[in-house]
Amino acid sequence: MPAAPSYPIERLTLENGLRVVLAPDRSAAVVGVAVYYDVGMRSEPEGRTGFAHLFEHLMFQGSTNVEKMAHMRHVQSAGGVVNGSTRRDYTNYYEILPSNALERALFLEADRMRSPRITTENLANQISVVKEEIRVNVLNQPYGGFPWLSLPPVLFDTFPNAHNGYGDFADLDSATVADAAAFFDRYYAPGNAVLCLCGDLEVEPTAELVERYFSSIPARPTPPIPDAGEPDLTSERRQSTVDSLATAPAVALGWRVPDPVVDLDSYLPYVVLAEVLSEGDASRLEQRLVRRDQAALQQAAYLGLFGDPFDSRDPVSMTVQVIHPRQVGVDTVLAALDEEIDRLATDGLDDGELRRVNARIATQLLREADSVHGRTLRFAAYELVHRRAELLGELPGRLAAVTADDVAAAAATLRPERRAVLELLAGGTG
Amino acid sequence: MSVLPALGPSRSARRPATAERVLESGLRVLAVRRAGVPLIELRLRIPFAGRAVSHRARASLLSSSMLMGTADRSELDLAHALQEVGTELSVSTDSDRLLIGGVVLRAGLASLLDLLAELLTAASYPSSLVDGERQQLIEHLQMARTQPDVIARVARAKRLFGEHAYGRVLPGLDDVAAQTATTVRRLHRDRVQPDGSTLVLVGDLSLARTVDAVERVLSVWSPGAAPVTTAAVPKPAVGPALLVDRPGSVQSSLRLAGASCVRTDPGYPAMQLANLIFGGYFSSRYVENIREDKGYTYTPRSSIDHRQVGSSFYVDADVSTNVTAPALLETRYELGRMATLPVGQDELDNARQYALGNLALSTATQAGLAGMLSGLAGHGLGLDWLAAYRRRLLGVTVDDVFEQSRTYLAPAKLITVVVGDATAVHPDLAALGEVEVG
Repeated sequence: MPAAPSYPIERLTLENGLRVVLAPDRSAAVVGVAVYYDVGMRSEPEGRTGFAHLFEHLMFQGSTNVEKMAHMRHVQSAGGVVNGSTRRDYTNYYEILPSNALERALFLEADRMRSPRITTENLANQISVVKEEIRVNVLNQPYGGFPWLSLPPVLFDTFPNAHNGYGDFADLDSATVADAAAFFDRYYAPGNAVLCLCGDLEVEPTAELVERYFSSIPARPTPPIPDAGEPDLTSERRQSTVDSLATAPAVALGWRVPDPVVDLDSYLPYVVLAEVLSEGDASRLEQRLVRRDQAALQQAAYLGLFGDPFDSRDPVSMTVQVIHPRQVGVDTVLAALDEEIDRLATDGLDDGELRRVNARIATQLLREADSVHGRTLRFAAYELVHRRAELLGELPGRLAAVTADDVAAAAATLRPERRAVLELLAGGTG
Repeated sequence: MSVLPALGPSRSARRPATAERVLESGLRVLAVRRAGVPLIELRLRIPFAGRAVSHRARASLLSSSMLMGTADRSELDLAHALQEVGTELSVSTDSDRLLIGGVVLRAGLASLLDLLAELLTAASYPSSLVDGERQQLIEHLQMARTQPDVIARVARAKRLFGEHAYGRVLPGLDDVAAQTATTVRRLHRDRVQPDGSTLVLVGDLSLARTVDAVERVLSVWSPGAAPVTTAAVPKPAVGPALLVDRPGSVQSSLRLAGASCVRTDPGYPAMQLANLIFGGYFSSRYVENIREDKGYTYTPRSSIDHRQVGSSFYVDADVSTNVTAPALLETRYELGRMATLPVGQDELDNARQYALGNLALSTATQAGLAGMLSGLAGHGLGLDWLAAYRRRLLGVTVDDVFEQSRTYLAPAKLITVVVGDATAVHPDLAALGEVEVG
């Protein structure tokens, strides 16, 4: 396993509670600025599905000193890229820029942390935009939202874990400016955020700039982290849904896995297991389901909703999803899958398999770390969720320490009676 | 604290050290040292145009079957050998080229080059596996054809390029069904060959040693048939808007298209900026109008697509069914404004800074630089061209942008394709001009 480059991390906390992570690396004239707020889909109250994401859109609609469209323009006209996203446990905003624009990005993020400009007109406009986003990604798309929107309600019972985080149109349409103001007040306090600066920066002067722009934002109480805990399944749950646009059926399975934050050591074998099962041509499911049995057109196994195993709090699931030909029944797919999982649990890994899988994992981790963009977002997410930006640098070593027995033991927990199964029936005619 | 901070002095990027050699076989090797992380990115680009209609089908089956083993290795042995050095190779084709890409741990480069040589000279395409893959490919193509974006791209390419090879986005199902291991092997023998191909390696490598190693290892790869040249693209025949019926569709996919000047054209820097100002980035007129003002769409954008023998200008938006005609009207209005009125100096300056900054960001990683250089290499361009291009962007004036916009963004010169619920959208679309349902 090659040594990953080591990235020094500096921290400070402002008096208003804003946590700041500085990760200097002067090798390219690029800097990343990310603000992660500790509010995500799991924080949404009932009747307000999709609100965290809608609010993310509103944060781009201007602030006290920044007109609508101007945030994007100020970043882009400095040669930078800018975006935001909403996940289960956080909402993030970031800019990746030539390093001469660092101060500008701090100004822009501070201005909207202080007071976004939310008007009736902007709210109505962004409700329309978000509905178009849902149409293009879910409603008008074969396999739209499968399985990230459709599997959680089978696997989970409580509202925070099970509800539609993109939002029901009725909830989106009834959102008000007052709701947005209350949401901002409650969740966008400086003490509820992590600011991460990564790349071409000097620590001391940058810390001073952060103080200058952010320290005068008044402190507000921070909300408790939502309690999303719920018990594991004790018997298999199985549901089906019809996708009228899909021509090939699919199935998704979800299992609960150990708490990634409080019990990372127990969680890591599942990360390796997902690689063993599904990553690349040599993987177990690719070899068995796709190549040998021709029982699958595509397969994937992963942790978390959106593919980063380390950016979610408990409860987290391991998902296996398979798109299969019409002529192959779902039970054939499940039987082959169970057989492969049993084989792993019983016989363990083949000679050299762990070494090869580790080489792949190392390559992927290094490749992600090569970009300031990738590093900025991961440092910030790991600081917010794990309170340890350093996790990024430690992962190669910690994953390499997972043993073949650990992987087999993890596979042994993927029993049918602990899983939720969602079948997607293909209603499309092509 | 209420004033936008000015930009500090910019740090110019260092030009990476490179080595280049054209081997006896005609293969051009380009190595670039960029340490960063201990990895090396690899891109092998092989010219792969073909005249026959069935060529795309054969090429697709070849690319999805290439990793199914060699004379000395089974499919699984090959997959293990690649995995051992941290690699997953991808093989893909389009109407212009075959591309083999991957990334490898620094210490595994020698092994990867050996495996690449083995693949290029002895990929075996076992009949039983190719037969299975053919069926999978057909199913994947059927799945692709249910995606609105694919339906729209297929219709747009046909309208824009007609019978030219670029008019076919996906291979035909019947053509795929007619391919066998034998036809794929023959295609490999004739066309997977070094003359005109480019191998780009970017990463934590030693330049001289790497180029020497490539020359030594790939000397076994010898020329086959001469690359096929693609005919020039026809001038688009604009005609009425094409409406492709997708009953029940909750959105309409608007797709406009026309020609663009090519990357090496003296007017291209101005064309790139015209595209940005119109709809090529978030801070553009198109996004401001139909997304941030009207709320018609999440995804308005314009782009320039460079192919081997021609470049195209594209406008895309997926809009709610009930605003299809109004969205098309605004699209044409903004295009018309570009073509008949000069842009503001501030718009030009913003777009220029974005273009310069984006070029720097997108080439700041090993993977980004490798992708960029491989794409440019297909047109005989490289780092020198990129450096000169940055200077050319600095010289673009408002008049230059106006000239490109009049030539390429004028709505009268663009074809229009709409994929959506024809019953719902046809009457309003017809109010804007002639519509043909196809």
